[in-house]
Parts: sequence; structure tokens; C-alpha cells
Amino acid sequence: MAESKPKPKIKKEAVPIPKQKPEERRRNFNEVALGYTEEQALEEANRCLQCPKPQCVTGCPVEIEIPAFIKLLREGKYEEAIAKIKEKNSLPAICGRVCPQEEQCQLKCVVGKVGEPVSIGRLERFLADWERERGFKVPEIAKSTGKKVAVIGAGPAGLTVAADLAKLGHKVVIFEALHLPGGVLVYGIPEFRLPKKIVQAEVDYIQRLGVEFKCGFLVGRTYTIPELLKERGFDAVFIGTGAGLPAFMNVPGEDLGGIYSANEFLIRVNLMKSYAFPCYDTPIRIGKHVVVIGGGNVAMDSARSALRLGAEEVCIVYRRSREELPARKEEIENAEEEGIVCKFLAAPTRFIGDEKGWVKQMECICMELGPPDDSGRRRPVPVKGSEFVMDTDTVIVAIGRTPNPIIQRTTEGLAVTRWGTIVADENGKTSLEGVYAGGDIVTGEATVISAMGAGKKAARAIHEYLMKK
Amino acid sequence: MYKILKNEELAPKIKLFEVYAPEMAEKAKPGQFIIVIADEKGERVPLTIADYDAKKGTISFVFNEVGKSTKQLGLLKKDDGIWNITGPLGNPSEIKRFGRVLCVAGGVMIAPMRLQVKALSDAGNSVVTVVGARIKDLLFYEDEMKALSDEFYVATDDGSKGFKGLDFLKDVLAKEKFDRCVVMGPVVMMKNVSEITKPFGIPTVVTLTPIMVDGMGMCGVCRVTVGGKMMFGCVDGPEFDGHKVDFDGLIKRQRMFLPEERLSSLLWELHGGCRCGGK
Ligand SMILES: Cc1cc2nc3c(=O)[nH]c(=O)nc-3n(C[C@H](O)[C@H](O)[C@H](O)COP(=O)(O)OP(=O)(O)OC[C@H]3O[C@@H](n4cnc5c(N)ncnc54)[C@H](O)[C@@H]3O)c2cc1C
Ligand SMILES: Cc1cc2nc3c(=O)[nH]c(=O)nc-3n(C[C@H](O)[C@H](O)[C@H](O)COP(=O)(O)OP(=O)(O)OC[C@H]3O[C@@H](n4cnc5c(N)ncnc54)[C@H](O)[C@@H]3O)c2cc1C
Ligand code: SF4
Ligand code: FES
Repeated sequence: MAESKPKPKIKKEAVPIPKQKPEERRRNFNEVALGYTEEQALEEANRCLQCPKPQCVTGCPVEIEIPAFIKLLREGKYEEAIAKIKEKNSLPAICGRVCPQEEQCQLKCVVGKVGEPVSIGRLERFLADWERERGFKVPEIAKSTGKKVAVIGAGPAGLTVAADLAKLGHKVVIFEALHLPGGVLVYGIPEFRLPKKIVQAEVDYIQRLGVEFKCGFLVGRTYTIPELLKERGFDAVFIGTGAGLPAFMNVPGEDLGGIYSANEFLIRVNLMKSYAFPCYDTPIRIGKHVVVIGGGNVAMDSARSALRLGAEEVCIVYRRSREELPARKEEIENAEEEGIVCKFLAAPTRFIGDEKGWVKQMECICMELGPPDDSGRRRPVPVKGSEFVMDTDTVIVAIGRTPNPIIQRTTEGLAVTRWGTIVADENGKTSLEGVYAGGDIVTGEATVISAMGAGKKAARAIHEYLMKK
Repeated sequence: MYKILKNEELAPKIKLFEVYAPEMAEKAKPGQFIIVIADEKGERVPLTIADYDAKKGTISFVFNEVGKSTKQLGLLKKDDGIWNITGPLGNPSEIKRFGRVLCVAGGVMIAPMRLQVKALSDAGNSVVTVVGARIKDLLFYEDEMKALSDEFYVATDDGSKGFKGLDFLKDVLAKEKFDRCVVMGPVVMMKNVSEITKPFGIPTVVTLTPIMVDGMGMCGVCRVTVGGKMMFGCVDGPEFDGHKVDFDGLIKRQRMFLPEERLSSLLWELHGGCRCGGK
């Protein structure tokens, strides 16, 4: 049973999460982490101290009442526990899998000061999976307000706004440019970290709240925002179009065959299911020696996908050192266990192709770390004359993504920063009346949970705006 | 699902579909394209809009059955549904009064060119149209195109009808002055025509068809080099200055997935596609 006082002795290690063995998983797209069993979940939940002033909650962008849900969990009240999470977070199965908990709630957990912090994310996942396997309950929906809201983009920001507004009784239509909803959750994050059927289940849930989805609808080309507001009967608009524009390095040879942007590579593999080609129609070509350029989650996901598609060796080339790798620690470890190698302090200078226009080599230059730059990380500086050449037949460029420009270009009067992000206050209000924005389109590349947090705040602000209107 | 209202074979392996898509019909303009996905396992296939009717709520497109996806699409009949269509995508063509315009269309692209010729002549241009194909059996819309144009020529690669090849254009250009040239067709043809018009200094617009995946600027597979700069075919185009395009680079990039596409097509022909059941 739960106690509100700390136990004298805490188990220092967290209960490890069962995983597929590295030698098996490196060749399949099934989920790597298998999730806690009920026993394991209870054991881990018992490590929580039920702090009176819980620090973990302050680290959670949507302020889930973490000790409260953990308490319910260890009392065996799973239904109440998941309901507690869902008061704040509509996509727990997703967050339980991909949130960087180690930098958020778990970073603040006091148990972390003496050992490993409580595995809050894994407990969240356990409860979400428990509920999904039994079928979702649809919560009560407020009486119709007669107001209509257009949500642009079906990523985590858009889905969150839509769910919250639908529950408040507004009619919500989500316009999504791709043929499936989910944003990065379906086109970017691979199946082995986030199975698509889980995203689909949570999307279905949002649909059951009464939200209408219009996929294959690029706002800006079909209808523009002013048209949605003035001609199509919408009372407010939320822009959650994400950061989906791939960056290239602008070095010679970048248009050779076999050089993919991470976005192209991941869209082919995830959204279009190229790993099941030719059963699915979209092809992907992967060579023997794959090089991935970058060091974030996107680079890790690309590298691990390439390995699963049959590459003999996959090497991540990163221009800073191991300490600065921006990817989640857990995923770096997973990648290394699977056999992915990293080459630090190097950056490509040109690509060399064969006679058919296919990449065969990459020339790099070595880097050393200078003083910190704007980002606070030490700036990589090229070492003169240190060029070297490596053989490769597939290159994946994962050096970052910038905001989608199409809305900004077609919406007059919408304030935009010089990085192309939309200007919005903390509640998502933009420079145009009735137009709100949130997620990566406002912050630049960030996280699932921060996009959801932005969606929550915007939903509150939009509701207020609509009720006053 | 998008319902097919009309299915017409214009020439062997060249099909026209008219589908019900009122929102797209309302917004479509000449020069834009759509992305068609036949079924849940399908590829995203970019196709140029060949016609639209906002009143009826329809758009049309014409495609060549070349590989698995277009062959499969070709099997659909009137009243069948297409799983997903996205559009209109890409920038509309610049339509205004230029003066005298030369329109050169090859193969399947004769269909969307009809829309251009119509729009250009409605805008007060005098239009000289050339339609070309490999062999005469693959020509279509000849009468319509002739009726819409001030002058009209036919060319085939093998000379089975009209001129043999496009070299005759040099004589046409030597005789009279043109203010603009619009080319839509296979890349090699667009390259040829651009090379022919260049010495005459005629601004030449080509519609590029690089391999695409999303068609809205997210993946970068459609990158082409134009005037030494990297451009995305789907959002910066699809129309570009033919005198600045690196056609050879484009041709190489278009062939990137040839072995895979052949495999897919072969499996389809032999036993109706892959039968592994999705794994
Ligand atoms: C490969 C990869 C791995 C990642 N891993 C993690 C992780 O492990 N943990 C984590 O927290 N974060 C991760 N992230 C980041 C996270 O996914 C994003 O921060 C988050 O998805 C942003 O959500 P969003 O709703 O703002 O935008 P998105 O998820 O980008 O969704 C935007 C949606 O809008 C649509 N859209 C764009 N323009 C239009 C338009 N004009 N009309 C209609 N629709 C439009 C897009 O098609 C897209 O579906 C990862 C990102 C990538 C790419
Ligand atoms: C903007 C744009 C507009 C287009 N408009 C039309 C149109 O109106 N009618 C039409 O028939 N086709 C059009 N195409 C080409 C059409 O998209 C391809 O022919 C089609 O994707 C082939 O699909 P498939 O699976 O049947 O053949 P695949 O098996 O994929 O390919 C068969 C052959 O076509 C080549 N190919 C593959 N993709 C493309 C591509 N995107 N462009 C050119 N060649 C390609 C391959 O190299 C191969 O030789 C257009 C392409 C673009 C990018
Ligand atoms: S900080 Fe850690 S121990 Fe304290 S309540 Fe939160 S999860 Fe439990
Ligand atoms: S097709 Fe993906 S960016 Fe153009």
C-alpha cells in the first residue's frame, strides 16, 4: 500500500524495461522496448517516495500529477490512474514512449539524487497500454457551442488542441496535408520506437470526440487562412504545421543519387512503409555502407532504420563530440547496442559520385571544439588540411529541419520571425485576430510534449476567445 | 475516397480520369498538379491537372501506364474510388498576354498542355502548338488542339505522322518571332526544345517532373539544379526556366529507383503484386 513518508531505504536501480535483444531487433521493425509487465510496473511504482512537494511535476510540461497517478497505480486502480494522466495529457501511450523524460520529470525526481530516478515514462506507458488493450472510454463532451475551429496540421500540437476544444463543445475540423494524421509521429518517428497502430488508436479516440479529419488538404494551396475565416465559416484557426522543411549542407555533390534528406528517408520508411516494399509500393534503396550526418534523434532514427533495412554498416558522423550529442541518451545506447558506430568531430565537405550519378565517397574535414557559440555548446572549428575520404553508398542528411513556409507565405499580416517561425504569445495568440499557433512552427524543432503543451494552452485561449466573441 | 466519374482511353496505355473533388476543382489552375494514391499501400503519384470544372466539382488528369502504380490505377473503372488525392499543388503557370507563344507538348503531357493553350489564347496570345509522340498511335487531342491554336504542327519520333523529330522547329523559329515558349513532355524532349530556343533568345518554360514523395516541400527528393541553385520541384516549380535547368542531373535523379520500380512492376505483371501480405 501507498505511504506518504519516504521509506528509509530506496532501491537505487530502476526496474529495467524488457527489450528485444540487440541481435534480433537490428533486423526488424518491431518495437524495441516491450513495456513493463504488471509486476514490474508495481515494483517500479513502489520506488516513488510520494513527495509532498513533488519536483517531478515541475519538470513536466503539461503538469501531470505524477505522484497521484503513481499512487493509484500501486493501489491497483489502473483505470483511475490513467484517468488521472488523461486529465492533462490526451496522448499518454505516445508520450510514454518518446518523451525525453530524462530531461524533464525524471531529471527532477528526488530518487534520482541517490540512484536512478523513478521511471515515470515507463509507468505512463504501462497504464496507457493497459487502457488501450481494453478499449477507450469516451469522456463527456460539453453541449455544442455552435462555434467552428479549423486546426491546421495533425501533429501532436494540432491533435491536442482539437481534442480539448471538441471536449468543450466546439466543432473542430483538422486539415492535414499528408494522407494520414499524426505529423512527425507517423512520418518521422520509426515503427520500432512508436508503432503506428498506437498513433492510430489515439487518433481514433480524438475522432470519437467528434473531431473531423480532412487529410490530403494543404492549407495555403487549397484554402488559405483568410478564406477559412471569412468564407468557410470558421470562427478561429490554430496553426500547428510543424518544422518539416529539410536542411541541406550546400556542399558539392549533394544532389547525387543515394543522398537522402532524413525527412525523405524517414517519410519513405515510416509513412510509406518502404520497409515492406514491394508489398507497399514506395521503394527505398539502401547500400552497404551508410553514413548519417547529424547527432539528434532524427539522426539516430535514420541510422537505426538504415540498419534494419539491411545495411552492413552504419556510421553516424557528428561535428561535435560525444558530450554534445543532442539525441536522447536511451536511444544513443540502443543504437550502440545495435552496432551503430559514431565518428565524432568531422563534417562533410563534398560528395563524390560514380558514372551513374550515385554517391560512392564522402570527403570530410576534422573539427576541433572552440569556445561556446549562441547555443551554449562549444563551436566546432575545421582543422586545416585534415580532410579525409570515406567510402559510402548511402548518405542521410539529418542536420535539422526548419518551419514549413507555405502558411506564412499565404497569410497576409501574420508576423513571422527571421527564422520563419510564427510569432505567438505564451497562449498561442498570433498577430492576427482569431488565429493561434503552437508547436514546432512557433518554437522551431522541439519535442512532442512541448508541442502538446502549446496545444493545451492555445485550446484554453481559443475557448475564451470564442466564448467572448 | 474520390469517385471516378469518367474513365477514357485516349491512346494505348494513356488514360483520362475525371474525379469528383469539389474543393480542388474550385482552386485548380493551369500548371498545377495533384498527388494520387490508389490504395492504402500505394505510392504517392504526382500527375498534372489536365482539366477542372468548378461548377461540376470535377478535376481530370491523364496518365501513362508505365510502372506498377499507374498500371494499377489504370484498372480502376467508372464509379470506383481512389483512396486519396491531394491538391492542387505547385505554382500555377504564368498566364498573361505575352504576344506569340510556342507550345510544345509531348506524349501524355498533351493533355495538360490543352489547358495551357486554352488559357493562353483566352489571354489574347497567338498560339502555335506542336504535339509530338513516339509513334502516331500515341497522339490524341489533335483536333481539339488544332481548333484552339493559330497554327498547329504534329511530330513523331519515327516520322509515322507529321514531322520526324523536332528539328523542324528551328525553321519555324527562323521564320517568325516568338515571345515565349512553353514545353511539357518527357525530360529529353524538354531539354531538346530548350536547346533549340536558346540561340533565338526565346524565354522557355519547362514543367519538370522530378521524382516526388510528399509534393509539398518536406522531403527534398525533388531537388533540381536551376541556374546553379538547388530548387525543390514541388514548391519552387514545377515550371522553371528551361535555359537554366541542369537536365542531365535531372535525368540521372529520375533513374534512381529504376531497379526497384522494375521489380515492383514485374511482380505486378506476373502475379498481381507482392503476396507476402504486408510483412
Ligand atoms: C525523426 C524525428 C524523431 C523525433 N523524436 C522525438 C522524440 O523521441 N521525442 C520527442 O519529444 N520529440 C521528437 N521529435 C520532435 C517532435 O516529433 C516534434 O517536436 C513534434 O512532432 C512537433 O509537433 P507539431 O504538432 O508542432 O508538428 P508536426 O508533428 O511536425 O506536425 C505538423 C503537421 O502539419 C502538417 N502540415 C504542415 N503544413 C501544412 C499545411 N499548410 N496544411 C495542412 N497541414 C500541414 C504536416 O504534414 C504535419 O502532419 C522527433 C522529430 C523527428 C523528425
Ligand atoms: C509534377 C509532376 C507531374 C506529372 N504529371 C504527369 C502526368 O500528367 N501524366 C503522367 O502520366 N505522368 C506524370 N508525371 C510522371 C508520373 O508521376 C510518373 O510517371 C509516375 O509516378 C510513374 O509511376 P509508376 O509507379 O507507374 O511507375 P514507376 O515504376 O514509378 O516508374 C516508371 C518509370 O517512370 C519513371 N518515373 C518515376 N517517377 C517519375 C516521376 N515523378 N516523373 C517522371 N518519371 C518518373 C521511372 O524512372 C521509370 O522509368 C508527373 C510527374 C511530376 C513530378
Ligand atoms: S519526484 Fe520522484 S519520488 Fe518524488 S513524487 Fe515525483 S516521481 Fe515520486
Ligand atoms: S517532393 Fe518532397 S520536397 Fe518536393
